[in-house]
Amino acid sequence: MRNAGRWRRGHLGSDADRAAFRALHQASLAAPALQQGLTAASAERAVKHLRNLLGTPAMAITDTESVLAWDGVGGHHLDQAAVVGLLTIERGSTRTVDRGQLGCTTNGCPVRSGIASPLIVEGRVLGTVQAFAPTTTAGLVRATEEVAQWVSGQLELAELDAHRNRMIEAEVRALRAQISPHFVYNSLNAIASFVRTDPDRARDLLLEFADFTRYSFRRHGEFTTLAEELRSIERYLLLEQARFGDRLQVTLNVAPEVLPVVVPFLCIQPLVENAVRHGLEGVEQAGHLTINAHDRGHEAVIEVEDNGVGEDPEKVRRALAGDASLDSVGLGNVDARLRATFGDDYGLVVETAPGAGTKVIVRVPKFAPGVTVDRA
Amino acid sequence: MDTTAVPGLVAVVLVSLVTLAIGTWGLRFSRTTSDFFVASRTVRPRLNASAIGGEYLSAASFLGIAGLLLVGGAEMLWYPVGWTAGYLVLLVLVAAPLRRSGAYTLPDFAEARLGSRTVRAACSLFVVGVGWLYLLPQFEGAGITLHAAIGAPEWVGPVVVGGVVLANVTSGGMRSITFVQAFQYWLKLTALLIPAAVLLAVWWGDGRPGSGLGDGEWSVPVAGHAGDGGLGLYTTYSLIIALFLGTMGLPHVVVRFYTNPDGRAARRTTVVVLGFLGLFYLLPPVYAGLGRVYGGQLVSSGRSDVLVLELPRVMLEGAGGDVLTGLVTAGAFAAFLSTSSGLAIAVAGVLTQDVTTRLVGERDGVTAFRVAAVVAVVIPLVVALLVRNVGVAQSVGLAFAVAASTFCPLLVLGIWWRGLTDVGALAGLGAGGLGAGGAAVVTLGGYSPGGWAGALLGQPAAWSVPLAVVVMVTVSLATAGRAPAHARRFLVRLHTPESLAS
Repeated sequence: MRNAGRWRRGHLGSDADRAAFRALHQASLAAPALQQGLTAASAERAVKHLRNLLGTPAMAITDTESVLAWDGVGGHHLDQAAVVGLLTIERGSTRTVDRGQLGCTTNGCPVRSGIASPLIVEGRVLGTVQAFAPTTTAGLVRATEEVAQWVSGQLELAELDAHRNRMIEAEVRALRAQISPHFVYNSLNAIASFVRTDPDRARDLLLEFADFTRYSFRRHGEFTTLAEELRSIERYLLLEQARFGDRLQVTLNVAPEVLPVVVPFLCIQPLVENAVRHGLEGVEQAGHLTINAHDRGHEAVIEVEDNGVGEDPEKVRRALAGDASLDSVGLGNVDARLRATFGDDYGLVVETAPGAGTKVIVRVPKFAPGVTVDRA
Repeated sequence: MDTTAVPGLVAVVLVSLVTLAIGTWGLRFSRTTSDFFVASRTVRPRLNASAIGGEYLSAASFLGIAGLLLVGGAEMLWYPVGWTAGYLVLLVLVAAPLRRSGAYTLPDFAEARLGSRTVRAACSLFVVGVGWLYLLPQFEGAGITLHAAIGAPEWVGPVVVGGVVLANVTSGGMRSITFVQAFQYWLKLTALLIPAAVLLAVWWGDGRPGSGLGDGEWSVPVAGHAGDGGLGLYTTYSLIIALFLGTMGLPHVVVRFYTNPDGRAARRTTVVVLGFLGLFYLLPPVYAGLGRVYGGQLVSSGRSDVLVLELPRVMLEGAGGDVLTGLVTAGAFAAFLSTSSGLAIAVAGVLTQDVTTRLVGERDGVTAFRVAAVVAVVIPLVVALLVRNVGVAQSVGLAFAVAASTFCPLLVLGIWWRGLTDVGALAGLGAGGLGAGGAAVVTLGGYSPGGWAGALLGQPAAWSVPLAVVVMVTVSLATAGRAPAHARRFLVRLHTPESLAS
């Protein structure tokens, strides 16, 4: 027995070590919830681990308005906790409340005094952490402050994550907005020119235009299928052809096997728009655009090629690196989103030289964990 | 030998050329804007079902069944029945949810469902194992066919098929395209149907000999004899389990389901596959029946494997026999080519994803795939040259047993049971895989004791499948805390019909 005990102690370290392990473990249990941001649900999940960490009879988390979660005994102090939270936020630093301020008349209620410490992220107070105990000690005040700081750190991570997501969303929105003005104007003009001469075609084109905008301005969903994306590209090209006539020739060569592949929303269309622009700009002869999609076993390869003026490879490199001052804004954006979705191996490949046309190659894996079309 | 070799040779060359031609032009339909919307039309269930049939109907189906029926009688009917009914199980339990999971290969499914790279690696291992086990009989069958058709030594067939497959696959994997595989199904069906019709007419003209066909043990659908202590019954049931449950774990079949646009289309495709296979498998028994009447010398000389190839010449003299021989040879060659390429691509795909990409370096995807394809083809080819005469249907049966003992529990539990954990899946895969895989290796190694030991090793599915399921469930229950957090959401996605979701 004694041997076993000694071995155990030797294995797991001294009492102090074990206390540290326990504290770290409780903290790690609370972390995932807090990294979702400060909400009633996340506070609810985190608060009991934080109370275990401090070992107090009761604990509360508030935001700037009200109590988000209360754990432990003495739920009748909820309203007081909200008030204490507001006072703490006003002051911006830790404060204690004593027996007189809490004024509890319930027999045996251990919530006699409390400590409230603010949660501060990037200089803003988001809420408070409050610990309640029969008496407050300097140690408990210090511990509560430390817990509040740690929680603030976790919330900061959540903020960063949200920032990143907002940025990606903003980029997609920018991409949607970027399509519209010129294209809308030109398309409507082209359609208008058919209204008298060929009303049926004008009607068809108008319907295509409606479907195209519906897809491009879609609000939800980060991903789509290659079939959907290509369908939208076809509509786009029909409209461009209505405008350019024979000057724009298109060859489409799509292996049906790759149509169900899931791709980031609007990841091919900007490339096609670029190709149409480059293929027709400053070129006397007809612009020829080729879109290929091949099956390569566990990958799909999509190529968008034009026979236009081409581009200086150095400029393309800078565009891919994110230099927004260049013409090909879409290129850097598509590249970044492909890398963010599938990893750095799946960036864009651009083959071009001045006067030699441009070929953009996209590789997409048929399956990547977490990449699915959300139909919600 | 010179003149008799001509039809076979012509057939083999023709099949290769036509297949290559379709592979080249089928893909290069250049579409201009006028038929734009054709281009984004997804593969229709009927076309995809033909492709699955083309890839699935292997040498064992084309040659093996008729020979087995001729020698073994009605008990061998369980092979075609099982190979077809496997799709029924697939249809009911797996097809639509698997498609909705978005997985391309079986390891993809494991990773998506359980979120574990380790389970993924284990699945990759078994995909390669099942693929190789299934490639073996294809090569062996090729040896038999070329030997019978043009009198080549038995090593020529495996080398030729291996070489053609390797050339096709490494030149870009073109042969996986749906058009080519769909063409292969109809070629195989025609190659078996027309000779069967002609030969039946000949038999009718001969005054329908062979009225004693239904006599004796030949017509009893259970292996063994009365009084062998249930041994025959065990063998039969074990075979049924392996074939019914193994189909869903065949790597080259699963990847074809990805081509369906959604779960609903996956189900429809499976229904059509059932019809196509049912139609095809009506024919081998016809050959076996005719062989029983006309092909006595094939049985006595132990060459029942080539029944389908030899029967036209036995029954018909002159040019008619030659043409029909050419036709069946073409069908058999198509069977090796399509199934072998499908398997080689599936195995090479998994090897590329999980092995060679790391060796060659991430950037060079084409080189990684080529290296993987060489490994995928050469290893079973060498084994096929070293290990002779296992019996085409026997080794296919073992491949099914391994698939049924590993991927069937993983797929069915993964799709229908929330409680599956990564540790449970790993333990189940290990138990089923080591059990069935070990039995397969021992059997292929030529060790076959008599009695129960031989039956348990030769037909392991009846014990290895329940073992895998029990281990998977028990270990999952014991490690319930490790069930992935997203399991519930994932299962909702798998089981939500498209009509509700959109």
